[in-house]
Amino acid sequence: MRPFLLPTESRMANNNSPSSAGVAPAVSFWRDPDKRAIIYQVIVVSVIAWFVYSIINNTATNMEQRGLASGFGFLSTSAGFGIISTPFVPYTEESNYFTVFLVGLVNTIIIAAIGCLFALALGFVVGIARLSSNWLVQKIAIFYIELFRNIPLLLQILFWYSAVLKPLPGPRELHEAGEKVFFSINNRGMIFAEPVGQPGFENVWYTFFAAIIVTWVIKKWANARQMKTGQQFPMFFVGLLLIVGAPLITYVLTGRPLDFEPAQMSRFALQGGVTIIPEFVALLLALVIYTASFIAEIVRAGIQAVSHGQTEAASALGIKPTHRMRLVVVPQAMRVIVPPLTSQFLNLTKNSSLATAIAYPDLFSVFAGTTLNQTGQAVEIMAMTLAVYLTLSLLTSGFMNWYNSRIKLVER
Amino acid sequence: MAMDNTTSYSGLVNQGNLPDKPAPINTEGLGPWVRDNLFNGAFNSVLTISSFLLVLYTLPSALNWLIFNAVWSGGSDACRVNPDGACWTFVGSRWEQFLYGFYEKSERWRINILLAILAVGIIWLAWEKAPAKKLMAFFMLVIFPVFSFFMMYGSETLGLPIVETPQWGGFTLTLVIALSGIVASLPLGIVLALGRRSNMRVISLLSTIFIEFWRGIPLVAVLFMATIMFPLFLPAGVTFDQLLRAVIGVALFASAYMAEVVRGGLQAIPKGQYEGAMALGLPFWKMMRLIILPQALKIVIPGIVNTFIGLFKDTTLVLIIALFDLLGIVQASIADPNWSIKSVPYTGYAFVAIVFWICCYSMARYSRYIEDKLHTGHKR
Repeated sequence: MRPFLLPTESRMANNNSPSSAGVAPAVSFWRDPDKRAIIYQVIVVSVIAWFVYSIINNTATNMEQRGLASGFGFLSTSAGFGIISTPFVPYTEESNYFTVFLVGLVNTIIIAAIGCLFALALGFVVGIARLSSNWLVQKIAIFYIELFRNIPLLLQILFWYSAVLKPLPGPRELHEAGEKVFFSINNRGMIFAEPVGQPGFENVWYTFFAAIIVTWVIKKWANARQMKTGQQFPMFFVGLLLIVGAPLITYVLTGRPLDFEPAQMSRFALQGGVTIIPEFVALLLALVIYTASFIAEIVRAGIQAVSHGQTEAASALGIKPTHRMRLVVVPQAMRVIVPPLTSQFLNLTKNSSLATAIAYPDLFSVFAGTTLNQTGQAVEIMAMTLAVYLTLSLLTSGFMNWYNSRIKLVER
Repeated sequence: MAMDNTTSYSGLVNQGNLPDKPAPINTEGLGPWVRDNLFNGAFNSVLTISSFLLVLYTLPSALNWLIFNAVWSGGSDACRVNPDGACWTFVGSRWEQFLYGFYEKSERWRINILLAILAVGIIWLAWEKAPAKKLMAFFMLVIFPVFSFFMMYGSETLGLPIVETPQWGGFTLTLVIALSGIVASLPLGIVLALGRRSNMRVISLLSTIFIEFWRGIPLVAVLFMATIMFPLFLPAGVTFDQLLRAVIGVALFASAYMAEVVRGGLQAIPKGQYEGAMALGLPFWKMMRLIILPQALKIVIPGIVNTFIGLFKDTTLVLIIALFDLLGIVQASIADPNWSIKSVPYTGYAFVAIVFWICCYSMARYSRYIEDKLHTGHKR
């Protein structure tokens, strides 16, 4: 009779079986799961190695045949095309392709960061409205969620861009030549006066940072006092007053050293001012509205996951309803909310690549789109683009994992 | 003795009737309902009034535009006369293109047959008490895709003229990409999920890398790779159809998400089930096939449906690589100069939105229903 062996996970069985102690095991080579596992893995690895090798080989041959250049030398070539929005990175048509990459990267990060922030805020509001005791508010929240999460994101982007923002009147229809414009929404985007700091404005910044430090010190003191005596301190209002009020007072006292320079209407377009391009607005609107509908459901599920006993116990302890939400329910709900929230943030970041459909100059649109078309170096460009998205994914999930480990339940 | 007691306490016993208590606050009927649900407290009252104004402001104009003011008959001239309502005649005159794309007119019966089988299959599988569900599932997941390929593409031996894939389009193409993506990603996803949980280090590492790679990149990038990079990867002379490349990309992309869904199901199965199966001496694949996967797949049906909903919506992205799915074909039709009327783009987008909404919402309801049925814990 052959010895009884567990078919898998048999490491334990092998070690414990008397046969392995001294006598040679009476198991044939193929029936030993450990050895079999090694063989399987060797086979899988060699198949994949062959696969990767043949892909690399084919690509090299194909590129040679088609006369495609390879290497990253193209990055220092002048790009020769204009980009409609280049925040933080100085860019002209003479700039090289690496600058194009940086411009795209910055634009992607901007849309992703702002999008995540707004989507989180809107999602929380809608998620809480979804649980509201107010019948009408609850129904509107349900309508919002069910409407927007069941319509493709690309459709929403195209809708906001070509059906809402593009048909807006142009600047020429709205303003006369020479007119000074402080705020305008037209088919060229949102334009408002540019704030220009005059000498002395830096004091406002100093006060602002000083106020933050003072608030932090007061918070430490207030916490220590509450631990000792149980007395509470209206930290929120004091902090708000300090951080908003103190710079405001400095601003007024130093003689309001901030000018708003309006845009001026030339014959065809508005000159100067700060412009937010319609592509950005359309993409942001669509991403925020779409993602918020998912976040709202996550928030609702998270709050509902907190056992009702917690709320009842908090009430029984005499905790105020507002504190009950803030100190008892939300911290526990966050444990349920954070992991799926992370994947929503990742989705939003990846979905920002749909910018290419309306030509907002994000990484995908200017680098994997225009640059790839001009240089034809598909392999290098796609590798760089994918590396960026993978890194952003890893960074976001790394940050959210850190946050999650900070708030998660400490068990035994 | 007893009598004495009664008389001595008589001053404490009420002789007459007490005055009536005020009636309890009414809790039935419309008035109290409005009070409890809409105006309990100042904050809620303000909320109610402002949201009521919001509804009052948006709902009538939306309904007017969509239904009452819309153009339901006539040609493009009727829409030109009335630009303040949806131009449904635009959809009416183009619906065949929206459904079939540029598929040969004489061959459209083939698509109709497939759509009919698909509808019957879906209802059969979704209907709980239907008989022979396993057989039907096998038919829909294995035989139907092969059959559909020959029906759609055609085959000389069967006497069906070949219709090249660039002619496929419209809602049919949306269904082709989404369904083949999901059918291909299901087995791949199961294998990847098992691989990720495997004890073999190398296999688990490779599966993890594969899953995280595909989950970390946007679908647009996948489609771009499918169009631009894929031909470079193949040996010289071998070419793939553009649509097939896109479908392969979508399937690989979806399989990573499917793997995570299935892994959730595998993790939810108690360890005792694994141990029980092993104690019975079942080899790995038998254990999976007979004990673990039937349980795991059942509890991840909502997850699979949700993945499918996501994939279904994401098929619209193929318009970026110049395939004309429903959104792509509507987008192209909007640009038609014969229909360059102010209300046409809105109508086109509204039509696509309604089609997708109906599909996704009904799938989501189904997934919710299954979830509720499986969820037998305490609910409030």
